[in-house]
Amino acid sequence: MIELVSYGAFFLTLALTFGIMCLGLNVQWGQTGLFNVGVAGFVGIGAYVSALLTTPSVPEHLGGFDLPIVLGWIGAAVAGALASVLLGALTLRLRSDYLAIATFGFAIVVQLAALNLQSITGGPFGISFIPRPFGALAGDPLVFGLLNLGVVSVVTIGVYAALEHLMRSPWGRVLRAIREDEQAAAALGKNATLFRIQAFAVGGAIMGLAGAVQAHFIGYISPEGYVPILTFQVWAMLIVGGSGNNRGAILGAVVVWAFWAASGAIIAAIVPPEEQARASALKIVMIGIAICVVLLLRPRGLLGELKTVSRHIEDGKA
Amino acid sequence: MNAQIIMDGLIAGSMIGLGAVGITLTYSILRFANFAHGDMISWAAYFALAISTALGTLVPGLSQPLGPFSFGWSLPVGLLTAIICTGLLALLVDWLLFARLRQRGGAVIILVMAGFGAALTLRSFLEFVFTSKPAYFTNALQIARPLFAGAHATPDQLLGLGIAVVLVVLVHLALTRTPAGRAMRAVSENQALAGLAGVNVAKTIRVAWVFGAGLAAVAGVMAGLLVQIRPHMGHDLLLPLFAAAILGGIGSVPGAMIAGLIIGLAEAFCVQFIGAEWRAAVSFIVLVAILLLWPQGLFGKKTT
Repeated sequence: MIELVSYGAFFLTLALTFGIMCLGLNVQWGQTGLFNVGVAGFVGIGAYVSALLTTPSVPEHLGGFDLPIVLGWIGAAVAGALASVLLGALTLRLRSDYLAIATFGFAIVVQLAALNLQSITGGPFGISFIPRPFGALAGDPLVFGLLNLGVVSVVTIGVYAALEHLMRSPWGRVLRAIREDEQAAAALGKNATLFRIQAFAVGGAIMGLAGAVQAHFIGYISPEGYVPILTFQVWAMLIVGGSGNNRGAILGAVVVWAFWAASGAIIAAIVPPEEQARASALKIVMIGIAICVVLLLRPRGLLGELKTVSRHIEDGKA
Repeated sequence: MNAQIIMDGLIAGSMIGLGAVGITLTYSILRFANFAHGDMISWAAYFALAISTALGTLVPGLSQPLGPFSFGWSLPVGLLTAIICTGLLALLVDWLLFARLRQRGGAVIILVMAGFGAALTLRSFLEFVFTSKPAYFTNALQIARPLFAGAHATPDQLLGLGIAVVLVVLVHLALTRTPAGRAMRAVSENQALAGLAGVNVAKTIRVAWVFGAGLAAVAGVMAGLLVQIRPHMGHDLLLPLFAAAILGGIGSVPGAMIAGLIIGLAEAFCVQFIGAEWRAAVSFIVLVAILLLWPQGLFGKKTT
């Protein structure tokens, strides 16, 4: 029973860290229509920045600076935002799909840097001994698990509440206006490119934060954690859950992660070891098909976007 | 020694160029960045591998090396089959996915997203069937021959370079001198207007898919012959392909080829002077530089 609860807490904590990534992607894609193919890159930057800031100093690579975890998380969000502003400023004034290509390349470069800049990132060995919240209580898995679930839940709810507020604010309404009809928004004096860069940066900051939160929960990071498959997972979560809807983003993360973890466990149990790589390739085929099918048949996902977010209109109707 | 770097760069660049010509065609006519193009390259290589292996097993004489090359007649036959199969595959994906989304008339970015899903499916399916173990068309070893100024290349590599150049000239002529090519250019300029002027837009889009897929097939077989065949081979080429298509100017066939050669050369110099581990970053740096300085590309038209 205790094991079940600890596993449940572990599962949910991890799922919620994906949920935060999804919330970040939702600002970019769901609300602004910006296609980011480099989610893994932004998450990875956040994880590495926070790990470097908070781990104790080691001789093998640069840092750590042994700072408090909270400072690491803030640093991660700032790094995510900074990278997004640079990429956004570069591409968003051009064609809408140049951002997709640039983020695709960005994720490759982040992965490459994590792997090759051994003196900063520890190279293929990654960074270990990342401080975990309530690490002193790690001896009692149940209490430790529940406390961590609490921490991650608080972060998720905080991000969710902030985004809901932003979405309903004038700023959020401008984003939707630009997505739906850029010319009309421009005619009202809104600088579409500037708003897009801002939205992209907010999303990137949240992804960086999510990467940091996840890294501190697991306690160890390495370049393999930030390969393109992570981007695909986060996308599948958002599309399934319902892009444009913050609750959908979190729900999608839990549902897809449950599917992913369960099918992983089933494959491990019934498929012979030499065929497991094949079986997991098939799992990815299914995720790819799921993305396409949802796009074709149910573009709004499980929970669709709310039609109106302005309290003025809602009040008027009542 | 420097001549060798240039030779290596040109050979790698001709593969990138071929793929980029396919990307630039579909990009300018279908109007979206197709992330599944790289996986067409991989599928083509596996189509050719399946056919040429089957032929070689059935008729052992067909896998006897031809002249100075490392492969027998089974590979050219495999290549032709792969071009047809990859074309059909592209039409199938278009019919299943892109055509339906086009009909709905949503934003371009939905098509990009769908291509991304299709790419994932296609690539992982290859991995499922063939596993991620690398495969080769032949086991024959080739000795690189001395050419000029100390540069060496194998006959296979020179053949690939030659085929790439000839194909680009042919595609360029096809686009500028034939009715189908004119129709494609008209559709890429203005789809609605081309339709009004009597161009069959749906058919032209199909022709563009087949053209792009055919070029992807040649690039895939070439990459498979000169490097190796892996399910991820096309995906790994995708960033250089996009960078080359944008550097050359979207829609410009000679531009894509020249840009492909430039990126191949840049990669070769990076491998020599900075380190092979940074090779994949070259395309990104080139991409950032073009978008920053010269977003319309070398031969592209200024767009608003």
